[in-house]
Amino acid sequence: MAAGSMKDIKLRIKSVQGTMQITKAMELVASSKLRRAKERVENSRPYFTTLHKTLTDIAASNREFTSPYVKERPVKNTCYVIIAGDRGLAGGYNSNVFKMVAAHAEGKNYCVLPVGKKALELYQHKGIAVVSTAFGEVADLSVSDCFEMARILSEQYLAGAFDEIYVVYTNFVSMLSQSPATLKVLPFTAPTEEEKEAARSNHSLILYEPDSETVFNEIIPEYISGIIYGAMCESVASELAARRTAMDSATKNAGEMIDRLNLYYNRARQAAITQEITEIVAGAEQ
Amino acid sequence: MERFSLEIVTPDGLIYEGEAERVCCRTIDGDIAIMARHCDYCTAIGMGSAHIIVDGEKRYAACMGGMLSVLGGKVHLMATTWEWAEDIDKARAEASKERAEEMLAHGSDLDARELELAQARLKRALVRTSVAR
Repeated sequence: MAAGSMKDIKLRIKSVQGTMQITKAMELVASSKLRRAKERVENSRPYFTTLHKTLTDIAASNREFTSPYVKERPVKNTCYVIIAGDRGLAGGYNSNVFKMVAAHAEGKNYCVLPVGKKALELYQHKGIAVVSTAFGEVADLSVSDCFEMARILSEQYLAGAFDEIYVVYTNFVSMLSQSPATLKVLPFTAPTEEEKEAARSNHSLILYEPDSETVFNEIIPEYISGIIYGAMCESVASELAARRTAMDSATKNAGEMIDRLNLYYNRARQAAITQEITEIVAGAEQ
Repeated sequence: MERFSLEIVTPDGLIYEGEAERVCCRTIDGDIAIMARHCDYCTAIGMGSAHIIVDGEKRYAACMGGMLSVLGGKVHLMATTWEWAEDIDKARAEASKERAEEMLAHGSDLDARELELAQARLKRALVRTSVAR
């Protein structure tokens, strides 16, 4: 009995060690990539915040909204830009984003623009209308891809294919914490009353050249792509951080498991030796 | 000369933050220069050469797309790309220009979108080469 179970335990230790090696390697890969991704997030943040702040300021002080991008219309169809990962094994990273979308889109008519392989696969499988399948690999996307996305979105928005656009992404709060978030992109929301008041008292008149409508129509696609790019940077960094954390705990678990199995193994070995001795002694006595 | 606070940002990072005496760039409506005490202003940026003047020294750059806003005396320039003249790879810009010209020469087999892209590339390349000079 003892020899058999010893062999079983030995095999199990081997297999857990194999898994541990993989998780460890994945953790190392994720952390080295994370460093670059984090840098990218930090670089893109000033652009993201300045863009958002300036446009809200302008929207707050502008009283004659004429651009179709700022006009609210009855919502018949909503478009979600969903930024998820290309691969799994990142803890709850992908499923948190999808849960957020499901909760937000409850009872709505919606279509999606998936970014990342996981998102694309899920929504194609679910049979939900997909705006474009061109952005399946989130890892290779650059600023120009975001412009392409913004172009498609604004074109279809103007054509009336959908009346609202949201971006769902994961906020990179810190190395250890990431939270999914939803951001309304279009129609460009006029800020709350208080913000409006504050902005009005600061600067009541803005000169637009050539005129506010032309400027808005030029800027909004830029704004969309800026927002998407920023959200994408956040999401990519979040994915790597989530994977690093998940793989770190997997490696730790594997280590604990190996310790426990080693204990069992030693016990089984000892039991086998004791038994052998008992047998020998019993034989000698006779 | 009187100065104002200027911030230039692109998706790739913060390019410039600090005081400047003048910023000049090409908008969709033509070239403009912003100096201190400008009124609140907003416009979209086209493609073209741009420069800023700090301490009487001119720094040239190639600037494409984005927006420029003056709010409460602070100037924010949110460009899609902003490359200082000294950072431009001239050989690469020339090569890109030749490629775009070649594409446009066989213009008949391009669809509208490809044509637009090729034209945009040529324009970018021309701006870069002219700035790098």
